[in-house]
Amino acid sequence: MATNYEDRQRGGGGGYDSDDDGDRRPMGGGRGGGRRMHRRRVCRFCIDKVDLIDFKDVRLLQNYLPERGKILPRRISGNCATHQRMLAEAIKRARNIALLPYTTD
Amino acid sequence: MTVHWRFELDTKRQYEVVFIVDPTADDEVPKLTESFSQIITDQGGVIVKAETMGKRQLAYEILHHKDGTFVLIEIEGSGKEIAELERRMRVNDRVLRYITVRVDEDRRRAEKLKDRRARKAAKRPAPGEHRRRGPAMEFAEASGE
Repeated sequence: MATNYEDRQRGGGGGYDSDDDGDRRPMGGGRGGGRRMHRRRVCRFCIDKVDLIDFKDVRLLQNYLPERGKILPRRISGNCATHQRMLAEAIKRARNIALLPYTTD
Repeated sequence: MTVHWRFELDTKRQYEVVFIVDPTADDEVPKLTESFSQIITDQGGVIVKAETMGKRQLAYEILHHKDGTFVLIEIEGSGKEIAELERRMRVNDRVLRYITVRVDEDRRRAEKLKDRRARKAAKRPAPGEHRRRGPAMEFAEASGE
C-alpha cells in the first residue's frame, strides 16, 4: 500500500533529544535493510506534558490520521506507549461520533 | 472485589455526554438539551456544563445526514442517571448518535501526574544551573548522543 509515512516523518523536524524521560530508543525502529528511520522523533505529548487527550480535539487528532484514515503507528510518530494508547482511545471515540472518519477512500 | 465496586458506586463520577442532533431539527436543540438536563437532575445528577458545540460536518453519513449539531453535557452523578439518559436518547429520533465517556478517573490521573511533575520540578534545581557535569556526560556529548 502506498503511504507516505516517510514524508511525514521527515517533514516535521521535531527535536531529537529535547526531553530526558528515557522513552526514546537511540536507534530508529528500522528492521529489514533499506527502510530504516533516519530520525526517531520524541513523543510530542511528552514534550508538551500532555496528561489527557480529549476526543473532541479534532485538530490535534487529525495530525495522527493519514489520508487513509488509519491511526498513525507509533514507530512513525515516535509517540511513547502511554500517549499512543491515549491517542488511539481518543481517535476511536471521535470516530464513534463522526468527528473523524473510520476510513476514507 | 465486591467491596471495591460498592465503594465506586458511592463516589461521584463525572461523565461527558456528546450527542448529535438532526440538522433539520436545529431549532429543537435548546429544548432537547433542556429536557435531557431535566432527566439528569430528576435522577439526582448534577449538570456541570451544557453547551452546544455548533453545527459541523460529519466525518461520515449517519442516516443520510451529512452534518449535525453537536451538544456536550457534562454530568456529575452516581452513574444511574446515565442509563436513563441513554435510553431516552436511543428512543429519540432527533438524536443521531451519542457517546458517553467517563472522565473522572482520567482527570484524576492527569491531576496526579501534574502534581508529581510540579513536585519534581520544585525539588530539582533549575536546569543547567547547579548540575555537575561529569566526564560521563561529556563523553556522551562527544559521541553525538
